[in-house]
Amino acid sequence: MSDTTIEQPATPEPEMEIPAGYDDGQDHIGLPHHTTTGLSNTKLAMWLFLGSECLLFGGLISTYMLYRNRQGDAIGPDQLWDIPFTSATSFILLMSSLTMVLAVSAAKRKDERGTRLWLTVTALLGGLFLAGQVYEFTVFYREGLGYTTSLFSSSFYTLTGFHGVHVAVGIIMLLSLVGMLAKGRVLGDKAETVEMIGLYWHFVDVVWIVIFTLVYLIPA
Amino acid sequence: MSIDNDTHTDTDDVVSQVEHDDLHSHEISDKNYVIIALLLAVLTAMEVAATEISSFPSSLLVPALLLMMAVKFFVVVSYFMHLKHDAALFKFGFYIGLAGAVVLYSVVLTTFHFFVN
Repeated sequence: MSDTTIEQPATPEPEMEIPAGYDDGQDHIGLPHHTTTGLSNTKLAMWLFLGSECLLFGGLISTYMLYRNRQGDAIGPDQLWDIPFTSATSFILLMSSLTMVLAVSAAKRKDERGTRLWLTVTALLGGLFLAGQVYEFTVFYREGLGYTTSLFSSSFYTLTGFHGVHVAVGIIMLLSLVGMLAKGRVLGDKAETVEMIGLYWHFVDVVWIVIFTLVYLIPA
Repeated sequence: MSIDNDTHTDTDDVVSQVEHDDLHSHEISDKNYVIIALLLAVLTAMEVAATEISSFPSSLLVPALLLMMAVKFFVVVSYFMHLKHDAALFKFGFYIGLAGAVVLYSVVLTTFHFFVN
C-alpha cells in the first residue's frame, strides 16, 4: 500500500451568515435591528423575563399580605419595623437607579470611563442596600423572629430574601460587566449590554418600591 | 431598474434617519434624570411622612400610599427604563405580565377573603 494523498482542491471558506438578531458590534442605537420584528431580540427577551418576574413577586407579595397578621403569640411586624432605617436603605436603592441610568447614558455617548464609573457606583450602592438588609435580618433574628417562628416570619423572609438575592445577582452582573468592559471583552453593542443590565436593575428597584409600601408602610 | 433601486435605498435611508432622529428626540438628559430621581426621593419622603404624622386621616392613608407607590413605579418604568418611548411590543411584553399578576393575585386574595378582613 502506498501512501497517496489526494490533494483536495482548495475550497474557499464559506461566508458566515449572520443570524437574525445577531449584533455585529456596530452602534445601532435608534436604528432598526436585523430581526423579523425589527427590534432587538435580546431586549424583547429581557422585557418578557421582567414581565414573568412580576408574576413571581406578585405571588410572594400576595402570600405575605395573606399571612402578615398570622404571627400568633410571636413577635409581629409592628414591634419590629424600624421605618427610618428602612427608608434610608430604600433611598439608597432609589439613588442606585439614578446612577444606573447615568451609566446607560454614558454608554450611549460611548464614554467608557463614565460607564465603568457609574456601574461601579451602582454596584456599591446595591452592596450598601444589601448590607442594610442583612443587618435588619440580624436584628429581627435577635428579637426572636426566626424563619419558622410564624407564617408571618416565613412569608416576610421569603419575600425580602428573594428580593435580596435579585439584588445580589444584579451586583454580580454589574461588577462582571465593569471587568469585561475594562478588558474589552464585551462583544456586540456595548450600550445595549449596559441597557439590559440596567433594565434588570431598575426592575429590582421597582419591586422594592412595592415591597417598601405594602410591607413596611401600610399598617398590618 | 437601477433608478428604482436607488430610489428605494434613498427612501430607506430617509426612513431610518427619521426613526433615528425620532428616538433620539425622546432621549432624556442627565440633568433631567437627576430631577426625576429627586422627585422619587420627595415621594418616598412623603410616603414616610404620611405614616409618621399621626394627624394624617387614617381613612386616606392606604389610598394615598398606594397612589404614591404607583406613581413611583410608573415613573421608574417609563423614564428610567425608557418604556414610555419604547416599542409597543416591549410594552406589551412587560405590561401583560404586570396586568396578569395584578388580576391573578387580586382573585387569589379575594378568594381568601383578604379584602373583607
